[in-house]
Amino acid sequence: MKYTEDHEWLSADGDIVTVGITEYAATQLGDVVFIELPEIETQVAKGDEICVIESVKAASDITAPLDGEIVEVNEALVANPSLVNDDATGDAWFFKLKIDDPSALDDFMTEDEYKDHIGE
Amino acid sequence: MADTDSADTLTDLPLAGLHAALGAKFVPFAGYSMPVQYASGVMGEHLWTREKAGLFDVSHMGQVRLPKDALAGLEALIPADLTGLAEGRQRYGVFTDDAGGVLDDLMIAHRAADVFLVVNAARRGHDLAHLRAHLSAVEEVTDRALLALQGPLAEAALGALVPGVADMRFMDVAVFDWQGADLWVSRSGYTGEDGFEISVPVAQAEAFARALLSDDRVAPVGLGARDSLRLEAGLPLYGQDMDEGISPVEAGQGWSIGKARRRGGAREGGFPGADVILDQLENGAPRRRTGLRPEGRAPMRAGVHIFAEAEGGAPVGQITSGGFGPSLGAPIAIGLIAADTPRDAPLFGEVRGKRLPAAQVPLPFVPPGYKR
Repeated sequence: MKYTEDHEWLSADGDIVTVGITEYAATQLGDVVFIELPEIETQVAKGDEICVIESVKAASDITAPLDGEIVEVNEALVANPSLVNDDATGDAWFFKLKIDDPSALDDFMTEDEYKDHIGE
Repeated sequence: MADTDSADTLTDLPLAGLHAALGAKFVPFAGYSMPVQYASGVMGEHLWTREKAGLFDVSHMGQVRLPKDALAGLEALIPADLTGLAEGRQRYGVFTDDAGGVLDDLMIAHRAADVFLVVNAARRGHDLAHLRAHLSAVEEVTDRALLALQGPLAEAALGALVPGVADMRFMDVAVFDWQGADLWVSRSGYTGEDGFEISVPVAQAEAFARALLSDDRVAPVGLGARDSLRLEAGLPLYGQDMDEGISPVEAGQGWSIGKARRRGGAREGGFPGADVILDQLENGAPRRRTGLRPEGRAPMRAGVHIFAEAEGGAPVGQITSGGFGPSLGAPIAIGLIAADTPRDAPLFGEVRGKRLPAAQVPLPFVPPGYKR
């Protein structure tokens, strides 16, 4: 698993990358009450705000970690946003992204680097 | 929440150490480092308060004492019936300005030996100057913490330490002794639940808070749930739902203007902005407050513009407070809209460029649990 500075986790299977938010991010957000996901087949560019996540405290965005196409979204999150608090790195994945260049994943943080990043 | 506070100028609450030991996360608010939530989180703390008893530290709020004969003088600043306030009773009121806006909202208690006020933290300096410009012997109380115990089991939990509180009714005030400490207790709060606010000397505040927390029915609750609880209860937050630009009538607080202070009353007017406010009470204000229930799950937060049409047109108002109501399991909001908007008209909040439907509903969102 790889990690972004925006507290997303990326899990790659060939050119398909599954994206979610880390447990650290979920804890910081608090109880998640609303999630809006992108449309399937949307072409996204790295840095695009493509998901909305709202907790009892505030609204925030999830950005596309890489250029690519949204090939699948986790509709279970829309019906049950609190999944993010229960299982951030498992059942609560947000979307799957088909990327052009799998080697781009090498630029992201490893688990150890991410733990340093959040000061654990 | 104020985001202009920087960490180096923040004041810690007297019980900061206890909050940290209880696992609190802190945020800057009105110049204070405030516990926003504890380990169980906003949702859990909110629901606990509705079912049991939540302990809040609201020591950031201003506590002020005035001489007992100050009630008449206060009527020149506050459009409430204060000379008619019986001893042992507390009343809600607002400081108004000449334009009919609101400078702060506060509680006024008529006690045996003095008049006791509780004002908003962010307005304490302003309010003290305002009071001192018009009244003498205005004393800020700086050696007391202020705690609130709120929820249906608050009476049982506080009563286990201070049996006399069970006899109090909503908005009664009284002084009790707890292990040599003078507790200034009112039966009131900011959650819509039955409960108490307790001013306790700083020296005994931690022992008293720990005594309450040792009761299984009591859990600590932070600023996050305080906001969602008061929103569900339809209680205004000064600086959002009411301010210099929003009159008490528009903000739905016209009820706090006593009959004696209205047109034809025994002490009609005589407060700043009386001409504007009394006219609004009689003939209506340009805007009115409404509860809103957004369809779907997307919260509509403060600042969201409200429209009467799904497309086009100018806004009819905006959300002044909004978020998620844990007890309803749905988003809720308070809006300030043009008074001529029909009460049954479907409305739309513009969230991230999309107009989402929201129904007008009466406030509060949850029925109050006050012990009248």
